[in-house]
Amino acid sequence: MTRTSLAIPPLRPGRGARRADTVATIVMWACALIGAVPLVGLLWTTISRGLARLDVTFFTQSMRGVIGPGGGALHALMGTALITLAATVLAAPLGLITALWLVEEADRSSSPGVRRFGGTVRLVVDVMTGIPSIVAGLTVFALITLVAAPGTRSGIAGSLALAIIMVPVVARASEEVLVRVPEDLREGGLALGAARWRVVTKIVLPTARPGLVSAVVLGVSRVVGETAPLLLVAGFTDSMNYNLLSGRMASLPVYIYSQWQNKGVDAAAYNSRAWTAALVLVIFVLFFQVAARLIGRSRKETQK
Amino acid sequence: MTETLSDTLLTQMITPPPSPTLRLDHVSAGYGELTAVSDVTLDIEANSVTALIGPSGCGKSTLLRSINRLHETIPGARVSGHITLDGDDLYGAEVDPVDVRARVGMVFQRANPFPTMSIRDNVLAGTGLRGKRLTRSQGDDLTEQSLRDVKLWDEVKDRLGKSGASLSGGQQQRLCIARAIAIQPEVLLMDEPCSALDPASTAAVENLMLALKTAYTLVVVTHNMAQAARVSDTTAFLSVTQPGRPGELIEAGPTKRIFNDPLRQATRDYIDGKFG
Ligand SMILES: Nc1ncnc2c1ncn2[C@@H]1O[C@H](COP(=O)(O)OP(=O)(O)OP(=O)(O)O)[C@@H](O)[C@H]1O
Ligand SMILES: [Mg+2]
Repeated sequence: MTRTSLAIPPLRPGRGARRADTVATIVMWACALIGAVPLVGLLWTTISRGLARLDVTFFTQSMRGVIGPGGGALHALMGTALITLAATVLAAPLGLITALWLVEEADRSSSPGVRRFGGTVRLVVDVMTGIPSIVAGLTVFALITLVAAPGTRSGIAGSLALAIIMVPVVARASEEVLVRVPEDLREGGLALGAARWRVVTKIVLPTARPGLVSAVVLGVSRVVGETAPLLLVAGFTDSMNYNLLSGRMASLPVYIYSQWQNKGVDAAAYNSRAWTAALVLVIFVLFFQVAARLIGRSRKETQK
Repeated sequence: MTETLSDTLLTQMITPPPSPTLRLDHVSAGYGELTAVSDVTLDIEANSVTALIGPSGCGKSTLLRSINRLHETIPGARVSGHITLDGDDLYGAEVDPVDVRARVGMVFQRANPFPTMSIRDNVLAGTGLRGKRLTRSQGDDLTEQSLRDVKLWDEVKDRLGKSGASLSGGQQQRLCIARAIAIQPEVLLMDEPCSALDPASTAAVENLMLALKTAYTLVVVTHNMAQAARVSDTTAFLSVTQPGRPGELIEAGPTKRIFNDPLRQATRDYIDGKFG
């Protein structure tokens, strides 16, 4: 073998490597597609079956006195709105305060005891995120038995159950947001002679605000589709009920369940309403998820 | 005879002997088990610039942050010894660290304007954060005065409502200096204030230090020997004598003397760049 020149070999992969590349690309695309199949299928089924009853009546009427076709889900939409709103009012402050305490107080405490307690709270929050929703429902059911006749159902009981599910979600997400507030800013505030609580209220919270809003919205999206606890403690009704404090209150997920479960003579009408309610619920969840992401993203952009 | 006496009296009255405002007396500071800097005794004169120089990790930042009691905000941090400002013990039992930090301002290595605040609100942040309310015109005056003091006014006067984060790095650092002096501290600490700046911005901040020392006492940490030589009146050299030992004050004195004729060989080596 004679060396005639010191040519540098081109940095091009050999044939074998190229073939492996192609195979890997195909495999990865295939996996992605397989993963997308159930999602697309679910969306497709929900849309195609739900569109039939996506009409004005669906949003303007309840199921009061309706047998067979017609009727709507206004009472369930109203119930979901009220129950979720009350759950948010209960859970968001609690979750935020937990996160604030963990990040701004416990982590910075000079006492190892407080720091350890902070670790315990973190563990509890983590465990709580994993609580099955039916357990949250049963907890509230048991609580109600202590203060009212067993089996008393109300919207606020549903809110309470959803709040139990929501608190750890909000706490966890806000904690991550607060941790990401640069330490520089806190020190900058302290170095100006600010008390700690003023640094939190005037610098940390405004800086983290979009992320905190997105944490709460994420919590809402987590509970808006919950069925089991509401079935258990808020119950179901065919009529409107604007009063969270008394009487059974319908909600969208429970509406779907009950339409499906208690089909009357004209089963198709019930099925159709269930699918439309499912479609509306999917749109809600998607909306909240996307909103949470968008709000979170605008935060990063403004920081640059 | 009487004339010469009154003359000396007169000169003494006009130029009183420089009095140390800031005294560090056997100061040690550390994190938990680790002692970062040990037994520093140093007098810092009023209206002077003192440069703290020394290799990385010798405890310059730790020492600086002990002066405004920012060090103790880190869990496990500890400080011993005495630090006095105009005779007041900054670590006295009844002294609120929050008040210490209002008397001893600080500028950080990385400019840290508050991103949610406008340029104006950044300058006024200190008053707001201390719970003081200003009228609109008081706020305007303080904003203009502070921004003029840091030579930033002409560059930003037309966009005071814009976010502080919209400025260049050098402008942001000057904004942070404006923010620090807006609450009129007595001492201004600067931890490598130019290390993230380009040469032009560095020159601007250096000129600022020279201008600010007429009103404030400055303590500046720097890794830039030329900068220390240009701006400081006094230089203190800290170093770690043996690996694993805390940083110590090797020597301190007038900058000219430290740079031209240091007492210790370690100082000479560090300044000549022979360190490590
Ligand atoms: N938050 C902290 N926790 C524990 N140890 C720390 C902390 N900050 C600094 N140290 C340690 O304290 C010592 C002194 O650090 P310091 O930041 O004061 O050095 P420095 O002289 O400012 O260095 P540089 O020139 O690199 O900024 C180092 O050994 C460092 O590892
Ligand atoms: Mg440092």
